[in-house]
Amino acid sequence: MTRIKVNVDGTAYEDDVEPRLLLAHYLRDRLGLTGTPIGCDTSTCGACTVDLDGQSVKSCAVLAVQADGGAVTTVQGLARNGAWTALQRAFHERHGLQCGYCTPGMIMAARDLLRENPHPTADEVRQALEGNLCRCTGYQNIVRAVLAAAEEEDTSARPEAHQVTEEATA
Amino acid sequence: MTGQAVEPEVGRARARKEDAWLITGQTTWTDNIQMAGLLHLAVLRSPMAHARVTRVDVTPALRCPGVVAAFSGADLAEGLGSLPCAWPVTEDIVLPDHPPIAVDEVRHAGDPVAVVAARDRYAAADALEAIEVDYDPLPPVLDLEAALAPDAPLVHADKGTNRCYTWPLATGESFEAVRARADVVLRRRYHQQRLIPNAMEPRAVVVTPLAASGEYTVYSATQIPHILRIMLSVVTGIPEQKLRVIAPDVGGGFGSKLQVYGEEALALAIARRLGRPVKWTESRSEGYLATHHGRGMIQDVEVAATSEGRLLGLKVGLLADMGAYLMLVTPGIPILGAFMYPAIYKMDAYEFSCTGVFTTKTPTDAYRGAGRPEATYAIERVMDELAAELGLDPVELRRRNWIRHDEFPYTTIAGLTYDSGDYEAATAKALELFGYDALRAEQRERNERGDPVRLGIGVSTYTEMCGLAPSRVLRDLRYSAGGWEAASIRMLPTGKVEVVTGTSPHGQGHETCWSQIAADVLGVPFEDVEVVHGDTRTAPQGMDTYGSRSLAVGGEAVHRAATTVVAKARKVAAHLLEASEQDLEFSGGVFSVKGSPEAHKTIQEIAFEAFTHHDLPDGVEPGINAEHVVDPENFSYPHGTHLCAVEVDTETGRTRIRRYVCVDDVGRVVNPMIVEGQVHGGLAQGIAQALYEEAVYDDEGNLVSGTMADYLVPSAADLPDFVTDRTETPATSNALGVKGVGEAGTIASTPAVVNAVVDALRPLGVHDVRMPCTPERVWRAVKEASG
Repeated sequence: MTRIKVNVDGTAYEDDVEPRLLLAHYLRDRLGLTGTPIGCDTSTCGACTVDLDGQSVKSCAVLAVQADGGAVTTVQGLARNGAWTALQRAFHERHGLQCGYCTPGMIMAARDLLRENPHPTADEVRQALEGNLCRCTGYQNIVRAVLAAAEEEDTSARPEAHQVTEEATA
Repeated sequence: MTGQAVEPEVGRARARKEDAWLITGQTTWTDNIQMAGLLHLAVLRSPMAHARVTRVDVTPALRCPGVVAAFSGADLAEGLGSLPCAWPVTEDIVLPDHPPIAVDEVRHAGDPVAVVAARDRYAAADALEAIEVDYDPLPPVLDLEAALAPDAPLVHADKGTNRCYTWPLATGESFEAVRARADVVLRRRYHQQRLIPNAMEPRAVVVTPLAASGEYTVYSATQIPHILRIMLSVVTGIPEQKLRVIAPDVGGGFGSKLQVYGEEALALAIARRLGRPVKWTESRSEGYLATHHGRGMIQDVEVAATSEGRLLGLKVGLLADMGAYLMLVTPGIPILGAFMYPAIYKMDAYEFSCTGVFTTKTPTDAYRGAGRPEATYAIERVMDELAAELGLDPVELRRRNWIRHDEFPYTTIAGLTYDSGDYEAATAKALELFGYDALRAEQRERNERGDPVRLGIGVSTYTEMCGLAPSRVLRDLRYSAGGWEAASIRMLPTGKVEVVTGTSPHGQGHETCWSQIAADVLGVPFEDVEVVHGDTRTAPQGMDTYGSRSLAVGGEAVHRAATTVVAKARKVAAHLLEASEQDLEFSGGVFSVKGSPEAHKTIQEIAFEAFTHHDLPDGVEPGINAEHVVDPENFSYPHGTHLCAVEVDTETGRTRIRRYVCVDDVGRVVNPMIVEGQVHGGLAQGIAQALYEEAVYDDEGNLVSGTMADYLVPSAADLPDFVTDRTETPATSNALGVKGVGEAGTIASTPAVVNAVVDALRPLGVHDVRMPCTPERVWRAVKEASG
């Protein structure tokens, strides 16, 4: 067992974990943060994508011990006081999801893309989401949603800005 | 007062109710469910395609940390019956025993041989490695034709044959007769490769026993909670009324969760044995072995026509890979297809025969479209070949043969009566959106120039059979269940509405669409409607979701129940307003007396009156609710025209979709945004069959494409933007006029894409490319043709 300290969605946790425990299972089974689903065992599908210290990672390809001392954001940590982020709103408004199983990972990966490239082209969105598989939407509405969110962020603020606003009003 | 003018809900592109919890991660996937004392199950699976199991020793697993119990097949055999096949398509069909866990023989790689129950999922997985199993290898049975040879090794030795059934159909003139007078006869062989459905949520099941009452709650990632409940009762002997099946949030299905799986029965049996809750969640690579596959057919197609391109007859011989066992509807899939080979075309002769074949591979069953994509592929491919043979434009050949708009309703040679459609209109619209003439001109120019990157144009004018319902038709096809669907609606005292549906969604947006339908009929706000589904206790009647049946049958049931609710409310309104029912107008949720609009009652007020029962007319029971079970007289027949332009690099074999346009006619549309989304998803799956996906077995029967890393599910980077549009001819088999859309994109796109690939290469002498048209296959086809 190894002791880890990790901040997840703004809450600090300290836990003893087996060194082999995957971050995905730590989030789901230990912390009960089941908003991050697991879709494969080869880190191919991207459903379990979360943000670890400002980088999107597939949480089935990271050990919980590797997150020691770090900060994790899952899809459950995005909406504050019920206010969805621009990406969440755009996925909803553009029908960027059907069964929704890939959606947390899609949103987290898209968030990472917009942080690095606030004005992506459709092709850049498609390339950036290559590691996140969806079986329902044919991707077109996902791409539209990400482009719409980029546009909206452009007229309001940068991707992180909503958190500042929400925290300020909290 | 008359009702306020409100925008109709049906036809409106509403963002979905369901999204609220899905985009915030507040979901209830089956694997999320946790409870005190929960044990995790892990299944040990056969590493061989075919072997006698001579010894299974689970005792070493019992010594592993965290392990509570471990079972061999023999340990669990008592009290567990065979998994069901509900579609014995012929009287003499071979129905082999299908134990949920192998006892003495394994018949495909992945067949279960032992199960461990442990306190966490890692401990359960670890303990599998300690179990000792001895296998005595038997010859695998992999090739469909070789499997039918008299001396072939047998998948089920006790049955004496690998032939599961032969199902024939012959209508019109004999094919021999039309062949004799035909100017052209073409024979082609098409392969429908095996596909792995890949719903994003892996399968999972949780069973909780309630010791005091002997009841069990089964949570399952299933499309069919109602059917599952019946079947689990049959398999385990637990009385049906003691079983409650819940399908919580379900992350996609595409047919792969239209099933009664061994793991569901095993979880129930082990929960019963241990008196503790248990959970099993498949890993993706485990699912590749254990979740049923789709397609898997060899199609021999023969077509006879005149030199003007009039179809005279069609003859189809099919070998269908059942895999190792018959699952819920395995044998019926090719039979659904049997009715769709003649498609939208008129002809004088049709002969069909299918032979189901057992192999030592994962069982096949329904996969998006289920029989209809296979049929559409064969006819649409062969129509292109015929057009090339006759020197006709492929669209023109279709035009010369299809059912004209003024000929509906039309009974096809296969015996189906197509109620409505307009193939001319959909095709004309598609050709225009596509820019057909300009692309053909570019194609000619590139061909003349000898451009190594060729342009190909593929067309597919499809129809399908949706709204799987008419129970009498299903009876004639020897399907062991009805095709009806149920709904009930209750107006609550506060004026809100509860809609209970027997359909069980897994991404289709039923909650939104059913709310739209109910809100319109009842005149209540969309937000005031709640849809209850997927739990056999709260939604006790239903036949679930598959085959694009939900809207045409389940949505229709909601529509009828809502109409009855309004009729009951009208009775109460007439009483309260002291008017006759005929003198009442109903609009926007308000009953008002014709000519005296100030005399009015809202439907919400009536709901409250009906609750208090203070002032109801004689003979009217309290409460305003209604229940309907709908069993339509006919299927519905969406159709459309899909056009695909591809650029094929003859030097690398790489295919790029340049333009994809489709015009679908799915009847009346409840939510255009959802319809478009369903089309997009369907296209992705159909294009994936054409270009990317294949379940590949090696000579020993090992699944080579055994993980998601080896099996090419296309990503956003692999697919183009689609241009989608619609025409609308309402269905006549339901009052809503809806047809169904879930499978359209998949059915239509596979032949459109392959026709385009072949069209690009035809000037080089290529006449076919086997699916998936990978760069290697395309490159080889070009090399062989230029030989």
